[in-house]
Parts: sequence; structure tokens; C-alpha cells
Amino acid sequence: MKTTSPARMALFLAVAAALALILPYVLTPYYLGLVVKMMIFALFAMSLDLLIGFTGMASLGHAAYFGLSAYVTGLTALTLGWNVWLALPAGLMASAVAAGLFGLLALRTRGSYFLMITLALSQLMWGIAFGWRSLTGGDDGLPDVPRPRLWQGYSLTDGVSFYFFAFGLIALSGWLLYRITASPFGQCLRGIRESETRMLALGYDIWRYKFTAFVLGGLFAGLAGSLYVYYNRFVSPDYIHVARSAEVLLMVILGGAGTLIGPAVGAAIIVALENVISAYTERWVMLLGFVYVIVALFAPNGLTGLIESLRKKRAGP
Amino acid sequence: MMFWVLQSLNGISYGMLLFLLASGLSLIYGLMKILNLTHGSFYLLGGYVGLAVLHLTKSFILAVLLGSLAIALLGVVMERFLLRRLHLQEMPQTLLTFGLLFIFSDLAMLIWGGNPQTVPKPELFRHSLDIGGMVYPSYRLFIIGFGLFVAAVLWWVQEGTRIGAMVRAGVDNEEIARALGINVSLLFTLVFAFGAFLAALGGVMGGPIVGVYPGADFEVLLLGFVVVIIGGLGSLRGALVGGLIVGLLDNFGKVLFPEFALFTIFAPMALILAVRPTGLFGKE
Repeated sequence: MKTTSPARMALFLAVAAALALILPYVLTPYYLGLVVKMMIFALFAMSLDLLIGFTGMASLGHAAYFGLSAYVTGLTALTLGWNVWLALPAGLMASAVAAGLFGLLALRTRGSYFLMITLALSQLMWGIAFGWRSLTGGDDGLPDVPRPRLWQGYSLTDGVSFYFFAFGLIALSGWLLYRITASPFGQCLRGIRESETRMLALGYDIWRYKFTAFVLGGLFAGLAGSLYVYYNRFVSPDYIHVARSAEVLLMVILGGAGTLIGPAVGAAIIVALENVISAYTERWVMLLGFVYVIVALFAPNGLTGLIESLRKKRAGP
Repeated sequence: MMFWVLQSLNGISYGMLLFLLASGLSLIYGLMKILNLTHGSFYLLGGYVGLAVLHLTKSFILAVLLGSLAIALLGVVMERFLLRRLHLQEMPQTLLTFGLLFIFSDLAMLIWGGNPQTVPKPELFRHSLDIGGMVYPSYRLFIIGFGLFVAAVLWWVQEGTRIGAMVRAGVDNEEIARALGINVSLLFTLVFAFGAFLAALGGVMGGPIVGVYPGADFEVLLLGFVVVIIGGLGSLRGALVGGLIVGLLDNFGKVLFPEFALFTIFAPMALILAVRPTGLFGKE
């Protein structure tokens, strides 16, 4: 792990905070919306990074928790009229429970089996969202989800207030994730990533650490999903599809697994790229496919890995 | 009684298609440790190419042969030029095969459009058979027989031939196999192409039963995964047994509980995972 000096860190955070406060007043509503989408996916990518980058668990079904939380938040807000203080925690609760149940099964395996099982379980969830028409609206999804209502008669209807709402929650989550990964618990996760047998020999109950990380990852993914349903005001089975799990995996790898900031940047890049490509061509699925291939072949360690190797080159042998 | 027999035959014939898919998936993983996410695409593209050949030549046999060979060739190109660079790098391999899955799926959409297509049955198997008072389409029986035939051939190749011994050596220990003078590099290409061939074979042969349609690539990939999760990665026997189990579960699930069809596949999968995490016949 490279270390950043506290002064640089503080400067970086100050600049980021100032930028975040200014943005809503300089950007047009359209671009502000795009920034919110980037932030939501940054959180989603960071939540997966906790599994892949820090614990070494390569999940291909992370959209399950994102989508489940989105559905629960959307459904309770839409049909029961719950405000954000109820609908959001309900979504988070559901995704944490699902991550717990799926974790019990998936964590019995590792490597390729883990990959396949997380994918299979998430597709089961997708199948339910797709098939249970009376509840989920099936393929058509659930339209007209209301914007978050803070209390009776006050909803975050305009773009700027929703931006601050989302930014606040995502910044808080980012900070929590940073604290989690920097804590002794986070060090244990890294130890498990490097060598499970070594950690086992040292007397750590690795299953408990992996399970906790898995549920936490699901929880933060759930928060991203609930924010996304408020943002889009719509939820469909696409939220859970394996294509979305792959997309967030791409964000993590592109940015650089195991760095938190890398996956967040990767998410911003992919969201921006999709926005640009889909505006110009209908073949954006194919072009996105090429992005996967290019990243796999030329930047398997992500942008942070690229920067690191460039820096080493410049420093000389 | 009749219902159970007929539906079982339906399930077994679909299970044979899944076996064709899963055996390649398993073989490739066993030797190269690659979890090939484009395997469903091989199935789908095989079906489309086979259909195109069928339209041109009116010959089902040519459709099966050329469709499968074309995809085998695609497999050679993929292995030689892309996967080879990422040997034993799990994450980049996953990304690469995922990207190709998207590219192939969009390419198929571009060329063949979004409408489901059906493949006409071959002339020889267009009729139904009367077995002890039950009327059953002969084509499905042919699929069952064909699947068993392929299983027998695969078993013989693996256990009884020189190339099978070389593959087994490569599976057991790649480096020692190389040191013994086995051309493991060539073996990789062959096995990957052969896996692609089998998947495409499933796609063309399955065409008359399930059709060829966008999204089939994701669908069969998922079922293929469930097959190898149940049967065990890298095991031929596991692919056959798993294929039959999933084929039967899928069919009876769809017939008996259409709303919860997926559960009839996933509940047993979860059960097997809980008891044997590496599947019925998996090693480790």
C-alpha cells in the first residue's frame, strides 16, 4: 500500500468538497444529473471493491443487492407511500438479508465456483423480478417512483436538493468504506486476499471476516440501488441483470481494484462513456464490449496500476 | 403415467443439449482454468450460422457440421489471439470473455435481428413415433440418442486415446506435461476449439426444439453454470449427470410450477452446494 501524506489528503478532500459544493450552481441540470449518476455508480463500484479488491472475492452477481434494494425502496414508496426514512432502510435491510443468505451458500466456495454461484443466484433474483408481474410489473418495471419525501409535504423534487441528498449519503458511505478498509478488520480482509491459509494459521476465523465483508458489500450496493431508483424514478429487471454486475466489475477493474478511489473514478469514466457512446450509436453494447476487451488486455491492473507503473518507469530502476 | 414419461423424455432431451454445452465448459476449465463466459454465445452463434447454412443448402447435416466448425474456428482465433495473453489471470479473463459475450450478442442482433427464429427439423425425424400407445416426436428421441453417443465418444477419447491421455496429463499438471514434451500450447487451442464446437453443436441441434433467439446466450450460459455447479467443474461425468438433472428439473418446473420455474433448478443447486461445495463429481 502506498501512503499519502495527511497534508495532501486534507488538500485533496478540501478541493473535492469545494468542487462538490460549487457544481450544482455551475452545471446545467442535465450534467448535474449525470454527476449524480456517476456518484451513485461510484458507490456501487466501491461496494464491490470491498469484495474483490480487499478480500479477493470475485463476485459476478453484485447487482442482486443493488436491484433488490431498488425494488424494495421503489415498491414501498410507490404502493405503501413510505417516505425516505422508511423506504430507504427497508431496501438496505432487504439487500443485507439477501447478501447474508447468498453469502451462506457462495462462501462455501472460492474462485471460479464463487463467480458462477454469485452469478447464478443474482440471475435467480432477476428471474423473480422478471416473472412476478403482479408485484414487480415484470419486464415493464415500476414507473413513477416518487422522489424522496423527507416529511409530509416536502420532497426532494428539484435536481439540486436531490444532488445534495445523494452527495451527502454517498460521501458518508465513502468515508465509512475508507474507515472500514483502513481498520484492523480491513487489514484482516487484505490478509485473507493474500493468503487464506496463512490467516487461518494465525488463528483468524476467516469465514466470519469474509461473511461480514460480503454483507457489508451488499449493504452499500443496496444503498446505491435505492439512490438510483430515486434518481431514475424507475426500476426494472435490468437493475439486477448480470450485464449490470459485469458493468460494475468493469468499473472496479478499470479504476484499479483495492484502492476505493480507483473504482470510483472507473465508475465515472464508464458512466460518461456510456452517455457519450449511446448518444451517437445504437451499437453501444458492442462498443462497450470492446471496452471490456481493451481493459482486460491492456489495463488488467486498472488506471491506478498504469499510473503506478509509469511512475516507477520515470523514477528509473 | 403417460404424462410423466413424456415430460421426462422432454427433460432428458433438453438435458442432452445442456450436456453438450456443459461438457465443453467443463473441459476448458479443467485444462485451462478459464471460466468461459462466451460459451453461451458459441451456442447461440452456432444456431444462427447453422440456420443460415440450412437456408442456403437445405441440408441439416451440412448445417450441423458447418455451423459447429465455424464456431470451432472462432474458438481457435479467440484462444490464439486473446485468451493466450491472459493465461491464469482470472479477472482479466472474466472481463475479456464478458466483453466478447456482449460483442457477439450485439453482432448477432445486428445480423439476424431481434425476432426468434425456428430451425426446421431434418426430413428424417419429422414424424412422431408410436411407442406402446404413446406418440412422441422422433427428433427428441434422436437428440437423446445423439447426446449419449457424444458422451460415449468423449469418454472413449478421454480414457482410451493418446490425445485424451495428453489432456489428462495437462489437467493434472501443466508444467510436468510440458516438461514431458507434450505440446500443451496446441492442446489448449484444440480443447478450446472443441469446447466451442460442442456448444455450437448444441445450438444447431437444439434449434428445432427451443429455437434460436436473442438472449439465449445468457440463458444457456446460466443453465450451463448450474449444470457444472451441480456436477462439478472439470468432470465429464458431472456434465452428463448435471445436464440430465437440470434438464429434468427445468422441464418439470416449467410444466408443474410455471411461476416458480427457476426455483425448481436453484433449490436443488443450493442444496448440493450446502452438502458438496464442489459439486457431485468435482475435485478439490
